[in-house]
Amino acid sequence: MNENNLYTVSIYTENNIGLLNRISAIFQRRHINIESINSSVSEIENVTKWTMVVALSEDQMKKIIGQIEKQVEVIKAYYHTEDETIYQESCIFKMKSDLLFDERQIQNIIKESNSRIVTVNKEFFVIEKSGRKEEIDLLHRELTVFGIMQFTRSGRIAVTKEPMEISKMLVAFNQ
Amino acid sequence: MDTKTIKKETNNTEGTERISGSEAVIRCLLAEGVDILYGYPGGAIMPVYDELYKYQDKIHHVLTRHEQGATHSAQGYARISGKVGVALATSGPGATNLITGIADAQIDSTPMVCITGQVSSHLLGSDAFQETDIVGISTPVTKWNCQVTKASQIPEAIAKAFYIARSGRPGPVLIDITKDAQFEEFDFKYEKCKGVRSYIPIPKLDQASVEAAAELINAAKKPMIVWGQGVSLGQAEDQFKAVVEKAGIPSAWTILGAGAIPTSHPLNIGMVGMHGNYAPNVLTNDCDVLIAIGMRFDDRVTGDLSRYAKQAKVIHFEIDPAEIDKNVKTEVAVLGDAKESLAALLPLLEEKTHPEWHQKFKDLYAIEYEKVIKDDLYPTKEGLTMAEVLKEINIQTKGDAAIVSDVGQHQMIACRYANFNKTRSNITSGGLGTMGFGLPAAIGAKMAAPEREVISISGDGGYQMTIQELGTIFQQKVPVKIVVLNNEFLGMVRQWQELFFDRRYASTEMTNPDFVAIAKGYYIDAQKVTKREELKDAVAKMINTDGPYFLEVCVEKEGKVFPMIPTGASVSDIRLE
Repeated sequence: MNENNLYTVSIYTENNIGLLNRISAIFQRRHINIESINSSVSEIENVTKWTMVVALSEDQMKKIIGQIEKQVEVIKAYYHTEDETIYQESCIFKMKSDLLFDERQIQNIIKESNSRIVTVNKEFFVIEKSGRKEEIDLLHRELTVFGIMQFTRSGRIAVTKEPMEISKMLVAFNQ
Repeated sequence: MDTKTIKKETNNTEGTERISGSEAVIRCLLAEGVDILYGYPGGAIMPVYDELYKYQDKIHHVLTRHEQGATHSAQGYARISGKVGVALATSGPGATNLITGIADAQIDSTPMVCITGQVSSHLLGSDAFQETDIVGISTPVTKWNCQVTKASQIPEAIAKAFYIARSGRPGPVLIDITKDAQFEEFDFKYEKCKGVRSYIPIPKLDQASVEAAAELINAAKKPMIVWGQGVSLGQAEDQFKAVVEKAGIPSAWTILGAGAIPTSHPLNIGMVGMHGNYAPNVLTNDCDVLIAIGMRFDDRVTGDLSRYAKQAKVIHFEIDPAEIDKNVKTEVAVLGDAKESLAALLPLLEEKTHPEWHQKFKDLYAIEYEKVIKDDLYPTKEGLTMAEVLKEINIQTKGDAAIVSDVGQHQMIACRYANFNKTRSNITSGGLGTMGFGLPAAIGAKMAAPEREVISISGDGGYQMTIQELGTIFQQKVPVKIVVLNNEFLGMVRQWQELFFDRRYASTEMTNPDFVAIAKGYYIDAQKVTKREELKDAVAKMINTDGPYFLEVCVEKEGKVFPMIPTGASVSDIRLE
């Protein structure tokens, strides 16, 4: 029960200033690192969705969900295992343009990894790749040997296989 | 502010009035029924103070001597009355000085609204004079907070603040208002908040869980109740008493639960926890069903969790879903408001008396009496004990007083020995353990309930943390009775040093001033007692004085509070000596 697992936390909230601080404080207080975090609009108008990835025990996870839901501006929070979600991350690499001509291998890597060249100019080119963490890790390892000028990876975004019953809750409120 | 609140749609400006943001603050407070607030002026909140001046016949502002005092006074006001306490402060240091009181109110579920002034919105983030990010600083210790930068946002923010502070599990809320928003004029209209869409204050009661709870209770041979502040916060005292009496269950209380049924009630078996009574602590590990009502299994209550009530099936009546299974795994959780839940439980309970089980509590009480209580209340040694002071107060107030204690040995003694005939009579800092809480909290309590005898009991340590509030007592003529139990030590820390640190009394001995002279310096009548034979008359003089009164009692220097569950020990390993 105390073994750490990777969980995807989905939090539906109001879009208010300071809420990031309030939610991250729940983790900080328990000395838990947030592996990744993403905030965006959700499927419901005027409702923000947070997607976070954390590594902790299920017992801890349940308690933290309770603490998150307790926050006044949080509508609903869920946690899911890797098997219960469909998730993606996105990343971009900036690399020297010379490499495209000097290192033929790079073109193969781009093709095989299903990444895409976003832009090319005289000095640099930019590659974009979406996928699961392991795929992005692999691509990063492969490109590192050629020298990466800049690299950025997004937080995880995820949807669940099972439905989330937020809309029903909000309808109930409006009645 | 984008939070969706329930309101009727109105597009006209009918019924509005053009006023400044600062006047709106006062009008909102009046609309929420605020008659007293505690605070301290300063640059960024001056427009609001200017309006307070104009509205002084309608709303009474109490100038405390420190912003921390303002929060504790607001807490004392809230704790005795159940109403929302209000504190007001300026930006920067005024705001940061509120934090201890806010944190205290958060952990003890006290409804409080704090309003702070902030530098003008164009200066935000510029390191302006007395600028501090109070919304950021207060986030982890507030139930909700927000910053207002436009006058038009003030009514909705304050309406939400009061609604959130008092509903569900109560707590502190902070509203930070920039100075330009205070000056700005707008069309004012106030509507009370009736709901916030992302917030469910009281979970819907599930009848099936009540039935499951009743079934366990009816089948129990050795049931025991531990109740907390949830009973009085939910105004469920009558329903609670009816449940306890019908099911004949021995009932113990946490420090904040005290008084929901009187100390003298035959089914009241005392306090649980680190310095609680022997029987309820020991028998927690003997009962077959443990019924927790409006309490949160704090570590000071449970001791070592791996050896806490492991043999028992646990039923938890609780308003806050996050408390379920947080520390102790429950067999049945009944989510909801205590009043409604207990009212639903009552008709399902069978009448029981459990005489043999009760006898176990009586037998253990007899042991505690012989080993601890007798010597505390009727000492044969020369030095005065803290407990005999409480005994004298009990006798002379007939147990009707509200006891406002500080933190430390005297607090544990006050909770153990004070008679609480009435609910909301034990006002103390439970969760945070805030030294300095007592004196200012007593001011708020007395002002909220002037008909009640309010006695502040502090140690010589905590008293000096907020001693400046004597100035507030003097200026406001608050007839609060102040008792300092002086052992010239930070007694609880000294006790731990004696027991666990080989008597190395690091920085716990205090060289104290002439407390009587200080009280008299504030024109408060005062006396000091050093001998047992002086105590009775001194307490009588204090009780019979119309105005405030200060009584210093010099007690034995190295007294200890027992029983005691050492840190990390099990409740049933409680020590009597």
